Amino acid sequence: MVDASTSAHGDLTLTNLTKSFGEFVAVDDLDLVIPQGSFFALLGPSGCGKTTTLRMVAGLEEPTSGKISIGKTDITFEKPYKRPVNTVFQNYALFPHLSIYENIAFGLRRRGVKDVDKQVQNALELVELTHLASRKPNQLSGGQQQRIALARAIVNRPALLLLDEPLGALDLKLRRAMQIELKWIQTEVGITFVHVTHDQEEAMTMADTIAVMNEGKIEQMGSPADLYDNPRTSFVANFLGQSNLIKGSIVDSSGGSAVVDIFGTKVGLAQDRNHAHDSSVLLGIRPEKIRIQPAGTAMHGNILEGGVISDASYIGVSTQYQVEMPWGQELMVFEQNDDGTPPLAKGDAVVMSWEPIFTFGLAGDQDATAGSEANPDSE
Amino acid sequence: MNKATRWFSRNLIRIYAVIGFAYLFLPIVYTFVFSFNDSKKSNLVWVGFTLNNWKNPCGAPDVCNALGNSLKIGVLATFFATILGTLMAFAMGRYAFKGRSVVNILIFLPMATPEIVMGASLLTMFISFGFNPGFWTIVIAHVMFCISFVVVTVKARIASLDPRLEQAAMDLYADERETFRRITFPLVAPGIAAAALLAFSLSFDDFIITNFNSGDVNTFPKFVYISAQRGLPAQANVIGSSMFLIALIIVLVGQFVGRKRAGVR
Ligand SMILES: Nc1ncnc2c1ncn2[C@@H]1O[C@H](COP(=O)(O)OP(=O)(O)OP(=O)(O)O)[C@@H](O)[C@H]1O
Ligand SMILES: [Mg+2]
Repeated sequence: MVDASTSAHGDLTLTNLTKSFGEFVAVDDLDLVIPQGSFFALLGPSGCGKTTTLRMVAGLEEPTSGKISIGKTDITFEKPYKRPVNTVFQNYALFPHLSIYENIAFGLRRRGVKDVDKQVQNALELVELTHLASRKPNQLSGGQQQRIALARAIVNRPALLLLDEPLGALDLKLRRAMQIELKWIQTEVGITFVHVTHDQEEAMTMADTIAVMNEGKIEQMGSPADLYDNPRTSFVANFLGQSNLIKGSIVDSSGGSAVVDIFGTKVGLAQDRNHAHDSSVLLGIRPEKIRIQPAGTAMHGNILEGGVISDASYIGVSTQYQVEMPWGQELMVFEQNDDGTPPLAKGDAVVMSWEPIFTFGLAGDQDATAGSEANPDSE
Repeated sequence: MNKATRWFSRNLIRIYAVIGFAYLFLPIVYTFVFSFNDSKKSNLVWVGFTLNNWKNPCGAPDVCNALGNSLKIGVLATFFATILGTLMAFAMGRYAFKGRSVVNILIFLPMATPEIVMGASLLTMFISFGFNPGFWTIVIAHVMFCISFVVVTVKARIASLDPRLEQAAMDLYADERETFRRITFPLVAPGIAAAALLAFSLSFDDFIITNFNSGDVNTFPKFVYISAQRGLPAQANVIGSSMFLIALIIVLVGQFVGRKRAGVR
């Protein structure tokens, strides 16, 4: 018997965690600290090692090397049933021969808890499915099953709750509703949530901290705003939202703001957003940060001239432009339809500008399109 | 199209089904009807209706002794074959070991071997080991050929079991034993039950292998075979019909329970 509530508490720490399947390295030397009580999202494209990481934390997969600990307790080789960790599985994995009630009571009974009935009722109330207690899992809808899977894990009050794309099977509306519910539950019960997803919007709206994972490695970790505004790699810049990445070179980095030359135009880049190792840089700017006007209009900030609109699509709240630059690159611009001026048309010559603080700089030696094929938003 | 052909084409499936079922069930109906025949020595022609055979199923000499032997052998063979076969199925379905694929093929061999060959070989083997053919040699032979069927049936059930269910149980604080007791076994149990029923019916009506290895012990199929040569007593029909009815009831109850458990509203 294990008392999950006392055995280990504190931050989850992964140290040099590696998992190989034969030659293939699924999780590659991962270092990660997840603070106690936080809502942590692990975001990444399919096959990047998210599930494998969770399974190692849950004890269902043995690491090839490295260490996992909660607080000061090393749990790397601890049996799954001795860890203060519960999982909401990608496919729910509800026990088909047990009632909803018994599914939820399962963990409590194994631990020999006294007031099983009261806790199960509380858990059922939390997910608002009290009326379904006597049903079998196959008599529930996908969304209901998902909530039962959540209740079954949460009722044990583990130090750590692992959620493996628990919303993956739901339609968009239910998904949004469940996101709000999950976030609320997490604040309510105060346990650490590690939420795996490949939906960037889900990660952004729910998590305190996001780690973007790619090919078994963490690309970058930080708050949603930090990742979005100040990405460090082109993978993150493209995977999380969309970015224009323009090749340039740093010509002056003596001030607080570096000066970057992009095909003859000089623009400013704040030093704390410059992640280039040398003068070669990929200058990044988000499409919605760019202002666009007919050529000849006076602009301020970083200015790019000589663009011609190659495509304009009106999508209600905004108009999305593709602008062809003299050096052949197409830049994306999202313009809010808020100033009453008629949208620009295909073939119009334009001038673009943006505030220098929105610029970020990435090391110039990486693939400018990394991560964009994995991003469901870009086509 | 005239009315008759239209009716015919619309009911073709039904007509076909009726003919098909008639083909399947006519012999059973025949057996059942003739269990009420007031026959004296041979039960080949209809003499008249009587309930005597049903009132006194042991009336014919030796029939109940043979039936008792068959039931005892069936229960013992089912018991041992189900236990051994289930253990083998778990070993083969769950653990990767050297030569597993060879074992997987070997397990089919007893099913593929002609019974007549197996019966004769077993007899040779028993004699060369110095066993006298009798009750226990029948049990051993039956366990032997039932095991394959049990293994195959249970293994199929294990293969269809989602390993994540057991992992979920482990994640929810159930150790290996509890996981087996609460999750694995209940989910595999229907397969084991099906395997046991199959083993029993195979054992109960086996004639060829039994005939070789039974010595002077009589079993029900052996009894029927021998008496058929001089005239089968109607009691054999009574026992045959009862077996059929019992099997039917078991199937119906099983269906009903299964439906209730699956929660069909
Ligand atoms: N048991 C295994 N044997 C061999 N390779 C495996 C095994 N489990 C996972 N992999 C491989 O490891 C990689 C990471 O798998 P993982 O399930 O962690 O991906 P994921 O990030 O969860 O993807 P998804 O978003 O599609 O669920 C994949 O390339 C997968 O093929
Ligand atoms: Mg996964």
